[in-house]
Amino acid sequence: MSIESQIVQFLFTGIALGSIYAMVALGFNIIYNATGILNFAQGEFVMLGGLVMVWLSVTLGLPMPLAFAVTVAAVMAVGALFERLAIYPLKKPPVLILIIITLAGSIIFKGSAMLLWGKKTYSLPHFSSEQPIAVLGATILPQTFWIIGFLAAVVAALALFFNCTMLGKAMRACSFNPTAASLVGINVKRIVLLSFAVSAAIGAIAGIVFTPVVLMEYDRGTMLALKGFCAAVLGGLGNGAGAVVAGLLIGILESFGAGFISSAYKDAIALLVLLLVLVVRPGGLLSRGEASRLKDF
Amino acid sequence: MKKLCTVIMGCMLLSLAAPAAFAAEPYRIGAIFAVTGPAAWLGEPQKNTVKMLEEQINAKGGINGRKIEVIVEDSVGDEAKAVLAFKKLVERDKVAVVIGPSRSGPAMAVKPLAERSRVPLIACAAAEAIIKPVSPWVFKTAQNDADAARSIFDKARSMGIKRMAVISSTDAFGDAGRKQLKAIAPDYGIGIVADETYVPSDTDMTAQLTKIKGTDAQAIINWSIVPAQTTVLKNRTQLGITLPFFQSHGFGNINYARSAGAAADGVLFPQGRILAVDTVAADHPQKAVIAQYKKDYEAAYKTDVSAFGGYAWDALMLAVDALKSVGDDRAKIRDYLEARKNFVGVSGVFNFSADNHVGLGQESFEMLTVRDSNFIVAK
Amino acid sequence: MHVRKNIPLILLVASVAAAALLITDPYILTMLIFIGIYAIATMGLNLLLGFAGQISLGHGAFFALGAYVSAILTTRFGAPCTAAAALAVALVCAIAWAVGLPCLRLKGHYLAMGTLAFGEIIHITLNAEVELTGGPSGIAGIPVLSLGPFSADSDARYFLIVWCVFIALFVLTRNIINSRPGRALQALHGSEQAAGAMGIDVAGMKLTVFVLSAAYAALAGVLYVHFVAFVSPQAGDIMFSIKMVTMVVAGGMGHLWGGLLGAALLTVLPEMLSYFEDYDMLIYGGILLAMVMFMPGGLTQGLARLSGALRARRTAVRPGAVTGGRTEDPVPRRTAQ
Repeated sequence: MSIESQIVQFLFTGIALGSIYAMVALGFNIIYNATGILNFAQGEFVMLGGLVMVWLSVTLGLPMPLAFAVTVAAVMAVGALFERLAIYPLKKPPVLILIIITLAGSIIFKGSAMLLWGKKTYSLPHFSSEQPIAVLGATILPQTFWIIGFLAAVVAALALFFNCTMLGKAMRACSFNPTAASLVGINVKRIVLLSFAVSAAIGAIAGIVFTPVVLMEYDRGTMLALKGFCAAVLGGLGNGAGAVVAGLLIGILESFGAGFISSAYKDAIALLVLLLVLVVRPGGLLSRGEASRLKDF
Repeated sequence: MKKLCTVIMGCMLLSLAAPAAFAAEPYRIGAIFAVTGPAAWLGEPQKNTVKMLEEQINAKGGINGRKIEVIVEDSVGDEAKAVLAFKKLVERDKVAVVIGPSRSGPAMAVKPLAERSRVPLIACAAAEAIIKPVSPWVFKTAQNDADAARSIFDKARSMGIKRMAVISSTDAFGDAGRKQLKAIAPDYGIGIVADETYVPSDTDMTAQLTKIKGTDAQAIINWSIVPAQTTVLKNRTQLGITLPFFQSHGFGNINYARSAGAAADGVLFPQGRILAVDTVAADHPQKAVIAQYKKDYEAAYKTDVSAFGGYAWDALMLAVDALKSVGDDRAKIRDYLEARKNFVGVSGVFNFSADNHVGLGQESFEMLTVRDSNFIVAK
Repeated sequence: MHVRKNIPLILLVASVAAAALLITDPYILTMLIFIGIYAIATMGLNLLLGFAGQISLGHGAFFALGAYVSAILTTRFGAPCTAAAALAVALVCAIAWAVGLPCLRLKGHYLAMGTLAFGEIIHITLNAEVELTGGPSGIAGIPVLSLGPFSADSDARYFLIVWCVFIALFVLTRNIINSRPGRALQALHGSEQAAGAMGIDVAGMKLTVFVLSAAYAALAGVLYVHFVAFVSPQAGDIMFSIKMVTMVVAGGMGHLWGGLLGAALLTVLPEMLSYFEDYDMLIYGGILLAMVMFMPGGLTQGLARLSGALRARRTAVRPGAVTGGRTEDPVPRRTAQ
C-alpha cells in the first residue's frame, strides 16, 4: 500500500470517527447552552441509540426507516424523562450536584442497558452494501458516507431549527440569558426539557449510523462522551460550528496518530489536545473570547 | 449525633467480627470468578460450569459418600475483591482448595496469599507468570501462551511464511501474548515486521491495519481475548487484506466468530478441542469428555460452550479428583496434584510435575478454523 | 479543645485498638484494611469536593500513581518502603500541581473534565509503558511495608498501620479545616467572589487543596500496593475514580466523617449482598442519584438529623443541642449558578 493511499485511508477513517465525535459534541453543546450543565450521560444516548436500533430492526425485524424513527423517538423520551425525574425537581441546584446527577444518570443508563441487553456485542447490518469502494488505492465502506451524510443532515437541521423556528430562537435566547428569556415569556423549564430531548435524539442518530461499523455494547458510552467533550471544548463550549470542526479534527488526528505515531497512545491524543486547550486557549480554537466569559459550568 | 455515628461504626465492626458457624459435612471448594463486571464473558461460563458439575456430582451421591459444595465468589475481575474473596473462602468457609480467579491480574494478586496460607490454588487464567516461577501451591488449567504461539508459528512455517505482523490488545492477555510472540518468533526463523496494539474499548482498528498493509508481512496474528478482536477481523475485510490471518486461543468463543460474520471465515487459531468436538477424531482420548461437557452445558444453559468454561471444568474436576483420592487435607491435595499424570480434561490431557504446574503442552492445542460461523479442525 | 468534641475520635481510636487486639479473622481484617485505605483516599477527595467545592474525576489516577511509583521503586531499585512511599507522594504532589494549575485558573468545573482526561491518560500510559510499568500484566512481588526491624507482615499489623495513618490524617485534616486557611476554604465554597473580595487567594487556595487531596490518594495507593503486593493499571481506572466520588457523596460531602462512612458502606455492602450479580452499576448510580437528590448531606448528615431529632425530643429544653461542634456542621452550599 503506497503512502498516498495510506493517507487517504487514514483521512476517511478519521472523518468517519470524527463525525461521531462531532455529533456527541453537538449534543453536549445543546444542553450546555440551555442549562450550563455538562451532561455526562451524553455518550450513553449514543449507546442506547445503537442498542435500541439493533433490538427493533434485528430482533423484531422492523424495516430500517421505521426502526430508525422509533429508536430516535425512544431515546428522546429517555432523555426527556431523565430531565424530568432528575433535573427538574431540584430548585436551583449547585453545579456540583448537577455534575454528580448526570454522572449517576450515565451509570444507571449503562447498568440498565447491561441488564436489558447483557454484555454481548451487537451488530447491525450496513445501510447499503458492505462492499468497500476503492478511492485512490484506499478502501472505504459505503457506511462511511452514510455517517458523513447524517452528520451533514443533523447540522443542517439544527441550523434551520435554531435560525428559522420560534422554538429554536427561544432556545438561543435562553442560552444568552435565561432570566431575560423568561421575562419575555419563554418557558425556560420547557426549553431545558427540549434541550435534553434534542441532544438525546442526536446521540441516538450517532449510535444508529455508527453501530454497523463498530458494533455496540453497553459500556461504549464513557469513551465516546469523553472524546465528544474534547471536541466540544476544542471548538469552544457552546459553539456549534466549532464542535463539528473540532470533532472532525480530533477524529483525523487520532487516525493519523494511530497510523504514524503509536497505536497504544491513540486514545490519549484527543485527551492531550483537551488538556492543552485548557491550558493554552480555554475558550476553544474558534473563539476570540476570553476564558472569563465562559459560563460557570 | 457524632456519638451515633461512632456507635454505628462500632456496631459494624462487631457484627463483622461475629464468627459464622458451619457444619463440616460436605467437601468445600472455593471458586473466585469474574461473574460480573467487564470480564463477565469469562467468569459467567466458569460459574455456570462449576454449578452444573456440582449438581451432577451431588446427584450421583457426591464423592466418598460426602457431597461437595462449591462456593462461588464474584471478583468482578478486580484484584482487591479477589484478595478479599480468597481470604473469605480460606478463613471463613475453610475450603480445601480454591479454583480461579478467571483473570490473570487477580490470579497474580492471589498467588502470594495461596503460598502464605498454604492452600492449593488452581487458576483458570492464562498468564505464564502465574506458574513461573513455580509456586508449590499454585496450578493453572489454561494453556500457556508460549504453546499457542508455537502452534501458530508451526503452522505458519508449514505455509512457508517468513514475515508476520502482530496486532494485540492492551490487556494482560494481549500483552503477555505479544511478548511471547516476539520472543519465540526467531526460533522459527520468522520476522515480526509490525507490532500494533489496540485498547479493548477501541471501536476502529483500520489505522493499525492500514499500517500493517503498508509492510511486507505475509500473515497477520491478532492476539486478544476481548470482543474488540472481531472489529479487527471486520476492518481487515473492509481494507481488502487477504493475507493469512491467525488468532490466539482467546478467540475461543463462538460468539466472536458469529459477530464477525463472513469476515471470520478462514481464520486460523490454536485452541483446545472443545470448540470443534464434532470434527475431533472419535478415538481421541478427550473425545468422550468434551462431547459430554458440551452436551450437558448446552442443555443446561441453552448457550454455546466456550473454552473459558472448560478451564473451570478442568480446575474443578482436578480438585474433585484430588478430594476423591486423598480427602480434604490441603497439603495432601497439593502433593497429589503435583504428581497427577494423564488427567483427561476439557483443555487437554494434564501431566503435572514439580516444575510444570500447568500440565499441558503444545499437543493440547489443535489448529482450528472458521467456516460459516462454525469452528472446525483445520486441515 | 473540648472533650465532648473529641468523643467520636476517642471512640475511633479505642475501637481500632480493640479491633487490633480482638479480631483475628483475616477476612474481617482485610476488609477493614481496605476500608481504611479507601477512607484515606476519600478523606482527601472530600476536602476537595465538600470543602473547596471542586470535583475531580481523576483521583483514581493519583491513587494508581502512588501505587505504581512505590511499586517500581521497591521492586526495581530495591528502595526501602518508607523512602519509596515518601517519594511517591512527593511526585504525585508535583504532578497534581502541574495538572491543577491550568484547570483551576478557570472558573467553574473545568477541573472535572480536565481530571477525567488526565486520569485516562495515566491509565493509557500505565498500559503502554510496558518496560517501566509491566504494562497490562502489572507488577508482582511487591514487598510488604517495613520500617527498620518492624515489618507489617501480618494482617493485624497492617490493619494497625493503615488505621494509625488514617487517625493521624484525620487529626491533621480537622486542624486544617479549623485553621485560618481552612476557614478561608469554606468561605470559598460559599461564594468565590465574596471570598476573593475578602482578600483570599482563591486560585491558590483551590490548588493547595487539590494537591493535598492528591497526596492523600497517593498515600492510600501506597498502602494498597504494599498490602496486595500486586498492581495492574486496573487499580486506578475511571470506575475507581467514580467509586471514590460515590463514597464521598454517600458518606456526606463536607463532613469529616463522610469519607470514612462512605468507604465503609460501599466496601461492606457489596460483601454483605455477596451477590451483587449484575446490579452493581445500578446500585452505585442509584445511591449517587438518590443521595444528591434527597440527602445532599450524605449519610453523616442524615444520621446527624436523626440523632438531633431524637435528642431534641428528649431534651426539648436545650434548643442549642441540635447541632454540635463547628467542624461537623454542614458547609453552606452554593445555591446560585
